[in-house]
Amino acid sequence: MTSTPQAVRRATPRKRRPATPAAPDPSAGLLPEAESVRLLNPDGSPLPARADYPEPPVEALREMYRRMVVGRRFDAQATALTKQGRLAVYPSSRGQEACQVGGVLALRDDDWVFPTYRESMALTARGIDPVEVLTLLRGDWHCGYDPTVVRTAPQCTPLATQCVHAAGLAYGESYQGRDTVAMVYIGDGATSEGDFHEGVNFAAVFKAPVVYFVQNNRYAISVPLSRQTAAPSLAYKGVGYGVPSEQVDGNDPVAVLAVLNRAVAHARAGKGPFLVEAHTYRMEPHTNADDQTRYRDADEVAAWRDRDPIARLESYLRARDVLDDAAVAEIAAQAEEYAAGLRERMNIQPTVDPLSLFDHVYAQPTPQLVEQREQVRAELAATQEGDA
Amino acid sequence: MATMTMAKALNAALADAMLDDERVVVFGEDVGQLGGVFRITDGLQARFGDKRCFDTPLAEAGIVGFAVGLAMSGLRPVVEMQFDAFAYPAFEQIASHVAKLRNRTRGALSVPMVIRVPYAGGIGGVEHHCDSSEAYYAHTPGLKVVTPATVADAYSLLREAIDDPDPVVFMEPKKLYFGSGEAELPARTEPFGRAVVRRSGRDATLIAYGPAVPVALEAAEAACEEGWDLEVVDIRTIVPFDDVTITESVRRTGRCVVVQEAQGFAGVGAEIAARVQERCFHALHAPVLRVSGLDIPYPAPMLEHTHLPSVDRVLDAVARLQWDDQPDPRWLTEGSAA
Repeated sequence: MTSTPQAVRRATPRKRRPATPAAPDPSAGLLPEAESVRLLNPDGSPLPARADYPEPPVEALREMYRRMVVGRRFDAQATALTKQGRLAVYPSSRGQEACQVGGVLALRDDDWVFPTYRESMALTARGIDPVEVLTLLRGDWHCGYDPTVVRTAPQCTPLATQCVHAAGLAYGESYQGRDTVAMVYIGDGATSEGDFHEGVNFAAVFKAPVVYFVQNNRYAISVPLSRQTAAPSLAYKGVGYGVPSEQVDGNDPVAVLAVLNRAVAHARAGKGPFLVEAHTYRMEPHTNADDQTRYRDADEVAAWRDRDPIARLESYLRARDVLDDAAVAEIAAQAEEYAAGLRERMNIQPTVDPLSLFDHVYAQPTPQLVEQREQVRAELAATQEGDA
Repeated sequence: MATMTMAKALNAALADAMLDDERVVVFGEDVGQLGGVFRITDGLQARFGDKRCFDTPLAEAGIVGFAVGLAMSGLRPVVEMQFDAFAYPAFEQIASHVAKLRNRTRGALSVPMVIRVPYAGGIGGVEHHCDSSEAYYAHTPGLKVVTPATVADAYSLLREAIDDPDPVVFMEPKKLYFGSGEAELPARTEPFGRAVVRRSGRDATLIAYGPAVPVALEAAEAACEEGWDLEVVDIRTIVPFDDVTITESVRRTGRCVVVQEAQGFAGVGAEIAARVQERCFHALHAPVLRVSGLDIPYPAPMLEHTHLPSVDRVLDAVARLQWDDQPDPRWLTEGSAA
């Protein structure tokens, strides 16, 4: 049998050219994981620990639980206050407690928060007086607290505009040698606004220490996420600006705090901004004035009730033996006391002074404002005389 | 006294402010190495470093919003909007935050900053480069709105704007950038809130600001030949507004024409005319007239001279001031009297 003719072998040994190293992936370290980071199952049982997102100390988680319980009670109280006419309107964040509380727990007191109008719970969790937090919604002024004292910007109602303020503030702080971090709370709808993109871009270009924290609660009032973006998820918006991003299960308190801790550490280390998208759900309508039956069905809401962040953390902490019936009852009592104190104080009609309208338009009033103030003063005097 | 351009005086004001106050930072589009498209920031980056004077991404809302944050952190931002119409993307930041933060927070948080806006036309610019946008800002409580017409004022008002505790929209008439004038730096002229009589006269008052001031002055000179002695008042700071100076002038002359380059409807000139008639009604011998740009989008360069208030258009208005006590026939045509 004749074999197939074989080629003659080469006499010299074959040299191997070193393999060309693969070009580094420029998006490495910027893209989020394909699935949300999660450290607890919905039933509160733990998932395997992760070196990249170390679990926060259990004391911090216990404190997170306490603030979430108090926060939910505060939120319910605020909604009730709208029914009593004590608040003009209230946008609830029920169901988003892990995000609301996690965002402020990840910060130091001297860091800055840039909240939206839905962050009342976050601001009370930061320790701001709840009556001052609700001033905007009660309607006696636009902002009740002193932003420079509590290091918290006024609650922002124009969407996403605070994204650029945070970039400027964080850059200005680092420019002056301070290691302050700015935390921006923003919703899914506002990521469509130009100022979100300009803010993230400015922060990236100037390496400003900002954490952009998107609470994706799936609805911008009634408009679903599918009308905001065609991106795989909102966390994918970071890569285009060179900003590392992550997505997290927003109803997993342990994961939310772990991811935000890493994001804050990244920013504080001078590595620039970080974008976090938390997948969560707004359990209540947009505000008390909204009718959610027009755009979502009860089954959807019910399905999210099973992913309740407070029950999830409670179950986990009980299993870790840092929470028992007595502690749960004690925290519930604290929440009741907090709500009762708020109710009592909000039942007092605030005094407003029409002449204060002319204060703080400018550092010194213009001559025209002085004239108008005098006119209003005369009107008020005449009104009082008429009443007498 | 030295002769210099307004551009040079503005540049000197920025440099002196940066020298005197290390919190002052200057930024915007092309303001760094290039020195700005009009060279107003020329040499600042080389002299003060790229942390004090720097280029930003090309995004005006971002620039102004960034300035809000910097001001919150204690710095004194001076930002450049490259052209009037390119400032519109920043309008939400200006109207909702820059103007209102002091008020929203009952004085706890203020954001002193200067937003420099090269504005108005007469330079042969293509569209979107020649808008007179001052009325938008002047209509927004919380902003100060300033516009120099002389070299000395350019320096002095800009220094005052940077020192001011409130945000200032600083409107720079582009067509005056490279005109020369006399100034001794560091010039200090009248403060914010003061209008200035640029030319004294007995017969009528021309009230103008920014790019219209030289037009009014030229018209006043030309009017001499026709026997009119006209006073010219330069408003300088639209906000805060000086009612006293214009009231004193018009009560004395009894006649008034307001001259502005911007389109007239609902403009700053309308506000001035209303204020004059409220305060000077019994001294007036004729209605207060306005000479302004036409109520059209800013025209293409080859047509802009039809749009811009000219010396002759001002003189036509002066001629209609009822010198023989006869009403302007335009108000008496049939059917329009009601």
